Amino acid sequence: MIELMEPQVRSSQQVDGPTKIEVRNLDFFYGKSQALKEVELHVPVHAVTAIIGPSGCGKSTLLRTLNRIYEIYPDQRAAGEILIDGSDILDRRFPLSDLRRRVGMVFQKPTPFATSIRNNVSFALSYYERLSKSQMSDRVEAALRQAALWDEVKDKLGASALSLSGGQQQRLCIARTLAVKPDVILLDEPTSALDPISTARIEELIHELRTSFTIVIVTHNMQQAARVSQRTAFFHLGELIEVGHTAQIFTNPRVQRTQDYITGRYG
Amino acid sequence: MTPIVAHTSTAFDQDLRQLRELIAVMGSRAEEAIHEAMRCLTERDVDGAAKLVAADQEIDRLEAEAEDRVVQLIALRAPMADDLRDALAALKIAGVVERIADYAKNIARRVKRLPKKGSIEPLSLLPQMANMAAAMVHDVLDAFVERDAQKAKKVCQSDDALDAFYESIFRALLTFMMENTQNIGPSTSLLFVAKNLERIGDHATNIAEMVYFAATGDRLADSPERDSP
Amino acid sequence: MRAVLVRRRIVDAIAFLFAIAATLFGLFWLFWILWTTLANGFGALNLALFTEMTPPPGSSGGLLNAFYGSIVMIGLAVFIGAPLGVAAGTYLAEHGRYSRLASIVSFLNDVLLSAPSIVIGLFVYELVVRTSGHFSGYAGALALAMILLPIIVRTSDEALRLVPDQMREAAFALGIPRWRVTAQILYKAAMTAILTGVLLGVARIAGETAPLLFTALNNQFWSSSLSAPLANVPVVIFQYAMSPYDEWHALAWAGALVLTLFVLGLNLVVRLLARRASK
Repeated sequence: MIELMEPQVRSSQQVDGPTKIEVRNLDFFYGKSQALKEVELHVPVHAVTAIIGPSGCGKSTLLRTLNRIYEIYPDQRAAGEILIDGSDILDRRFPLSDLRRRVGMVFQKPTPFATSIRNNVSFALSYYERLSKSQMSDRVEAALRQAALWDEVKDKLGASALSLSGGQQQRLCIARTLAVKPDVILLDEPTSALDPISTARIEELIHELRTSFTIVIVTHNMQQAARVSQRTAFFHLGELIEVGHTAQIFTNPRVQRTQDYITGRYG
Repeated sequence: MTPIVAHTSTAFDQDLRQLRELIAVMGSRAEEAIHEAMRCLTERDVDGAAKLVAADQEIDRLEAEAEDRVVQLIALRAPMADDLRDALAALKIAGVVERIADYAKNIARRVKRLPKKGSIEPLSLLPQMANMAAAMVHDVLDAFVERDAQKAKKVCQSDDALDAFYESIFRALLTFMMENTQNIGPSTSLLFVAKNLERIGDHATNIAEMVYFAATGDRLADSPERDSP
Repeated sequence: MRAVLVRRRIVDAIAFLFAIAATLFGLFWLFWILWTTLANGFGALNLALFTEMTPPPGSSGGLLNAFYGSIVMIGLAVFIGAPLGVAAGTYLAEHGRYSRLASIVSFLNDVLLSAPSIVIGLFVYELVVRTSGHFSGYAGALALAMILLPIIVRTSDEALRLVPDQMREAAFALGIPRWRVTAQILYKAAMTAILTGVLLGVARIAGETAPLLFTALNNQFWSSSLSAPLANVPVVIFQYAMSPYDEWHALAWAGALVLTLFVLGLNLVVRLLARRASK
């Protein structure tokens, strides 16, 4: 006889934790044109929030406000408030290097630095912390393990990072970000340049990381958003159309435009 | 048995496993319901039967949950090949198990129509038939959980024995009715009970076909239907 | 239909022949120059060339002081011009994208790049030679530096622009300050290209004659002093070739050959570097 078992009512998609990032009334401008309009969004802690939408809807733009990386381009400007743990990061007085340490970012195209694998991971770390040689190599190992890359590179830490495959390079970039121990990890279409198997491994990595970090991922691949995230936000023409539990968004969205996009009826 | 290799996504494995467990639980409940209904019948336990009828709601709720889970699984994971067949099989099986539980409920409903005292000779045949039907349900759900196509096939074959049993009970009840017109009332109730058990067996066979398809992608050849009154 | 195809093939073949002919025509002159240099200079290639000084007319000698002077002045020019050029190129590439000043600087750099070298020579003559009262190696080095500088500015600027923006963003996203990003990440990534630019600049100034005429002039004798006229290969070639003496002609050809081989060598090194970088 089959053992009586209570089926788990809570599936792996449920999340209702405290808010880590709160976006309030955010506008964004590229020169004169407005790319984001009055965006309000809550990002919960220790969960993956996906941002989806058609090309040009502002999803990457939103991601890039969260670590103020847009500031390296003088004609880009943000107005509004973004609170991380309650402090407004758009405030001029908020220290930028503190922000960028707590909020890490991984880009679409893997961009390892033109140096050894070890140096790639320790580079930023050596700027933030004074560590002894052995402490540094411990941190490097920890970061590479966390990024599921250690076993593949442990014997060639001194080799050039450019000798790795695309999927490995992307995991190296993730390790580089993890090394400085951020709270939040931003992923801008992290697997769109990779093959399906590398993509699957990175998605599994994201799944493991979410219990320790707050993750925001931008993806044009809806299926990926469905697979990895617990909350999904749908953007269209710079506005937030709908946000909710991923399961609900993909099975029964409340707004017609969301449904049109997801079912591919988008004109 | 098809070897089960884990998906890269452990969450996907977890979702599939939880779905399978849910179906297994539904099956256990339905199996229990059959046994319990038979016990209430033989012991004329009216209160027990009422409890059973009320508990059927729980199984209906589980079916709805299974349906939600399959919808979510398909939407979020886009399962392919055997995963897809499994998901759709789970959906259909949940519906059929719910119907099996309904038949058990119907059996329970018959309890209050029987006289409180006095023995009804053919009644003693029914528990054995119920055990056979319950065993078919048990085996076919094991087959589903284990993705065992051969086990499923065996369940289909045992339906013949159940049908034969139904035939002999039918004849026994006819004889009993002809002995004494007072027996007609309770006999018709027992006839319906036997019919319900036979239908449970048929449903178990349907489940077996679904399990076979999910596991192999092929369909079991249809066996010729026995005529049943 | 077939007629069209045949005609097309004929046209194609004719055009191909023209292309080959034009290439051969260009290569012909190049090879003739190289051959002439080789044929005339090879005879005078001997150890003495590298060990003896430039001789007075009538006697034999070498080009030691000329080689020395050229190397010293080129070295000094690179010492002055390269760091300055790389710094300016960095400014243009990193900070100058949106700056009005940067586009002005870039424009002026292009003007300097195409300025005739004799004009630069004249400028340094006025600035240094006239005021100090004599020709000098310093003036020569300065003139060469001024020719080298815009080349390195341009190549460094381009080299840094070749580094993808995503790498900059990745470094900034880690919170690393701007100067560190430039010094430790971008230079490493663009190093080969920057070095290539420097080497090509050196190849260019190695053969500059006109500015040296106005600044370092020449020195018959051995001189290691930079504040006096300094011997150098291009001017020696100029002077000796115009002379009526045969030994001097031979030395001039030899000098030309060595210079050509030097430039050829530099270009080969550049090629090797480029190939290693692209692997």
